[in-house]
Amino acid sequence: MPASSEPFIRIEGLRKTYRTRGEDFLAVSDVTLSIEAGELVSLVGPSGCGKTTLLKILAGLHPYDQGTVLIGNPAHPFDPARDIGMVFQQALLLKWRRIIDNVLLPAEILGLPMKAARERARALLDLVGLTGFEDKYPYELSGGMQQRAAIARSLVHDPKLLLMDEPFGALDALTREKMNIELLRIWRESGKTIVFVTHGVQEAVFLGTQVAVLTAGPARMADHFEIDLPHPRTLDVKTEPRFGEYARRIYRLLGME
Amino acid sequence: MDSGWARRFGLAILVHLLLLAAWHLFVVLGEVPKFVMPTPKATLESLFSGNYRWMENIWVTGVEIFGGYFLAVGVGVTLALFFSWSRLLDQLFMPLLVSLNMVPKVALGPLIIVWFSYGIFPNTLIAFSIAFFPIVLTTARGLREVEPDLLDLVRSIRGSRWQIFTKIQLPGALPYIFSGMKVAAVLAVAGAIVGEFLGSEKGLGYLMLQVQVTLDTAAMFMAVILITLLGVILYGLVLGLERLLVVRDARVQ
Repeated sequence: MPASSEPFIRIEGLRKTYRTRGEDFLAVSDVTLSIEAGELVSLVGPSGCGKTTLLKILAGLHPYDQGTVLIGNPAHPFDPARDIGMVFQQALLLKWRRIIDNVLLPAEILGLPMKAARERARALLDLVGLTGFEDKYPYELSGGMQQRAAIARSLVHDPKLLLMDEPFGALDALTREKMNIELLRIWRESGKTIVFVTHGVQEAVFLGTQVAVLTAGPARMADHFEIDLPHPRTLDVKTEPRFGEYARRIYRLLGME
Repeated sequence: MDSGWARRFGLAILVHLLLLAAWHLFVVLGEVPKFVMPTPKATLESLFSGNYRWMENIWVTGVEIFGGYFLAVGVGVTLALFFSWSRLLDQLFMPLLVSLNMVPKVALGPLIIVWFSYGIFPNTLIAFSIAFFPIVLTTARGLREVEPDLLDLVRSIRGSRWQIFTKIQLPGALPYIFSGMKVAAVLAVAGAIVGEFLGSEKGLGYLMLQVQVTLDTAAMFMAVILITLLGVILYGLVLGLERLLVVRDARVQ
């Protein structure tokens, strides 16, 4: 972790309610988290626990009612207008654009110099393992490859914070494991701060430097803790006793023991 | 891939030729009187005999079809754009359009002729009124079909509404626009001909009524074939444009 007195993201006492048909509906509450620059934090919990809402608050897309959300510190200044990269469960590539032009979308929107952005997009496609697929259309790629392209797109404008909302949730189990390993490599090589939302307890532990466990009904953060497993991680880490202990701890918090 | 295309093209030609042959055999072997059904040969000969003014009539019907059609595309797409920009406009006029779509446009023909008299213009208008609805409805639908997550992605880096429109909404709606345009192409042809039936002094539909009284079925067959060809040309243009503008996988089947 880089030496810095302040964390990159500081969330304190965050709470948000929606008002629908005259009734208040608690979307997220009791979230207090500190995230250092370069961390990969897993948000894990069932549907309705508020993990996606939390992600959208971090993206600046939703307002919130109570608490504090601060992003950036002197060592890592954060510009909310351009330092966000997002990946969703669906790759959401534009069908009419070639892969390289899909990756370039955020650069176009931000009005970045296109020549440099194009070079960067190529480098990112190399990083995510899509060398040679620049000029293909999305339909020519498998689901896993489309999601790799979506990850490249989320990085093209060099954002400081990457927000991933169940990015591998629609993939088959084997592809998902493969993408988890790939993501850890991309994370190491890019040095980004990543907030990763998932339903999967194993996935949360395998990926996270830190895990926040959210529960539904009412939506609140139950606990958060560091995952003290060494990096770089391989699938072998899943057979370590500590891995099982972390997973059990999460299941317990989710009331699934 | 290429040989597959040649094969399909060859088969398409073959089936058309088979139809012609069946037509010929039916008339000749069945000894069908020529005022009931002419042979393909007699039909073709009508193109070079008599005083049918083919060129002029093709021109008039063509202007009505293409004029009405392109008017429908222009007005239909523009209206749908307005609906996608203004929620109020959409809520006000979309239900109205859906009701108006239920009106049998052909039934408006006599009224249009009362209002605008005979000629190319009222017939163009009938073609327009019938071709317009599928275009505005499919375009509006296409403009609405944007993934909410994709909007979030663009908004998270403060993309403008205009950027969302030009980079995502409009290109995304293009396949829908074309599917509406293909339906409309068929309707525009029917609209123009119905207009000519109802009242006109030129055009292929008008010619059909003229030669009907003398039981000149060869000319009537020729007129139908020419109308069909005009439709095929229009449809072909739309398909060609779609091929040019819309990526294969994005096309609405």
